[in-house]
Amino acid sequence: MKKTYNIDVDCANCAEKMQEAAKKTPGVKDAVVSFMTLKMKVEFEDGADIDAVMAEVRKNCKKVESDCEVFLK
Amino acid sequence: MNKKQKKLLIRIIVATVCVVLLMIFSRFIEQWYLKLALYMIPYVISGYDVIIKACKGIANKQVFDEHFLMTIATIGAIGVGIYNAVNGGDDDYLEAVAVMLLYQVGELFQSYAVGKSRKNISQLMDIRPDYANIEVDGQIEKVDPSDVEIGSIIIVNPGEKVPLDGYVVEGKSTLNTSALTGESIPREVDLNSEVLSGCINISGVLKIKTTKDFDESTASKILDLVENAASRKSKSENFISKFAHYYTPIVCFSALALAILPPVVLAITGSDPSIATWIYRACTFLVISCPCAVVISIPLSFFAGLGGASSQGILIKGSNYLETLSKVKYLVFDKTGTITKGNFVVVDVHHNTITKEEMLYYAAHIEAPSSHPISQSLKKAYGKKVDINLLSDVEEISGHGIKGKVDGVDVAAGNSKLMKMLNIDYIDCHHPGTIVHVAVNNEYVGHIVISDEIKQESKEAMKSLKSIGIKKTIMLTGDDEKIAKSVSEQVGIDEYHAGLLPSDKVSMIESVINGKNSSEKVAFVGDGINDAPVLSRADIGIAMGAMGSDAAIEAADVVLMDDNPKNISKAIKISKKCLRIVYENIIFALGIKFICLILGAFGIANMWIAIIADVGVMIIAVLNAIRALLVKKL
Repeated sequence: MKKTYNIDVDCANCAEKMQEAAKKTPGVKDAVVSFMTLKMKVEFEDGADIDAVMAEVRKNCKKVESDCEVFLK
Repeated sequence: MNKKQKKLLIRIIVATVCVVLLMIFSRFIEQWYLKLALYMIPYVISGYDVIIKACKGIANKQVFDEHFLMTIATIGAIGVGIYNAVNGGDDDYLEAVAVMLLYQVGELFQSYAVGKSRKNISQLMDIRPDYANIEVDGQIEKVDPSDVEIGSIIIVNPGEKVPLDGYVVEGKSTLNTSALTGESIPREVDLNSEVLSGCINISGVLKIKTTKDFDESTASKILDLVENAASRKSKSENFISKFAHYYTPIVCFSALALAILPPVVLAITGSDPSIATWIYRACTFLVISCPCAVVISIPLSFFAGLGGASSQGILIKGSNYLETLSKVKYLVFDKTGTITKGNFVVVDVHHNTITKEEMLYYAAHIEAPSSHPISQSLKKAYGKKVDINLLSDVEEISGHGIKGKVDGVDVAAGNSKLMKMLNIDYIDCHHPGTIVHVAVNNEYVGHIVISDEIKQESKEAMKSLKSIGIKKTIMLTGDDEKIAKSVSEQVGIDEYHAGLLPSDKVSMIESVINGKNSSEKVAFVGDGINDAPVLSRADIGIAMGAMGSDAAIEAADVVLMDDNPKNISKAIKISKKCLRIVYENIIFALGIKFICLILGAFGIANMWIAIIADVGVMIIAVLNAIRALLVKKL
């Protein structure tokens, strides 16, 4: 299961940090953050509760980069 | 400008006004602590978020980033100012404030430039349809295109974007396909024409029956491809992120060493350790070493390059492919559909022992299961409906032809190899073209001549490829020697290989790849029909004329929406320009940095020079990166 989310972040380095944070979140198989298109592509593990995982991803991203935002649609 | 940028701009303006006022009035302030307190006002206004981020970074164990560098450097400079003031020297806090202020100016510029080019690129790629018109009980309603089911009738008014792929059931119009193909000449459509989402309807109202849902439609596929492209990182980008990973900590420790070692050595040797001077130099060192220019401009260059290419109807699936494309020295072409038009027409029937109609009847039927353009042209020439139910025992012999039964009669149709295989005597043809020999009941009944036209632009395309440094062009084809020779001579191709089976094409590509040194890349250009394995085996696979062909979009690394072969050289030119900009930026930014680092370590460059170098290099690098977007004239 893959989903794409819009994000907001200020610098390329911060986007990299968000990607790392998202990858480490339980329930996330893989995550790719593109600073240029301001998008985060998340691949979830099978059977993961997407909403709960994404809330956690957002929290973890905020932790490493306070200025960022993940729009959970 | 967005909200964040406006806020930053206001902070910069307020802080600048404060600094200017302080520069004028500070000479009247006697006490150093009062002066310090006043200078802290613009410092905090301009830099509070940087300091907060640096602290957060430390808390999250992600210490070494640019915020940390800036915070340490400015606080260090203020500390040196206080030290000097306490010891009765000249106190100067202006530098620290100015560094923070200029750093923020750089940040603002960078964020603005990135936002701007992001917007430019999305405008170029503005093919996402927002709504679809459907008719409900005689009323036209606007609905979300993803809610429209396959087979629905949608209405597209002049000026609107076609939201979903389908075909015209009513109306006549011209479509602007430039957003998809980069081609500015409008396309005429009328009843039963296929229309692709992302085109803009220019003149008449069209009723379209949809054949795909939104996610499968051309516009969505292309957007998906372009959006994903940025996440496939090139070697240069990976190099930069690795570089930044090691670079910042190294710089921090070097700065620390610069602050401690020389004073210690000086103290041991008995001279004046001048601690303040060395701390100041270490701070300068930190400011210079901020890696922003490289870190931001490299991905931006690639993004602009990819965006510029897509505006020309050239979709490149990732920065890594853009990089490979710029190193292509050998181009291998498929003939049909790439150099030639691929619309085969039956020109004649020779040596027939049965009527032309009968021959076409057998040939069209036996070839009916094949998707090859030959079979399409036979069907067209036959003109009547082909009944697949008449077929039995059909066997396709790859690279030879097809044999089987049509209404119980044994039929074989294919090239001379097939006839030899079946031990049937055949008559060779002297006309250049694709020859379909036909045998009925194991008796030769004649052959059909089908020919294909060379694209107008092919010759010029080969010439321009040569002019941009392509070493060799090679054409591969399943057709016979005669056609291959005639086509390659007319177009000006260096080498050709005829009579190849699809698997031979793969081994041809492999022998080309093995026959040159590894820094020179091999590209294969095909039309995506029957050549997916070759597309993926080459260093880079280019599919042409992909409008509507899903197979090509899947298999290739570079997709040319148009089928004009001139776009191949254009794609290579775009990639070369982009990579040149990337290297320029890496060399320029790192070069200036290293020069300044050395000057800073020896105390020749002060903090003013450091910050101006940092912000200046960043601005120039970003402006240079945006140049990658300008590809129209290439």
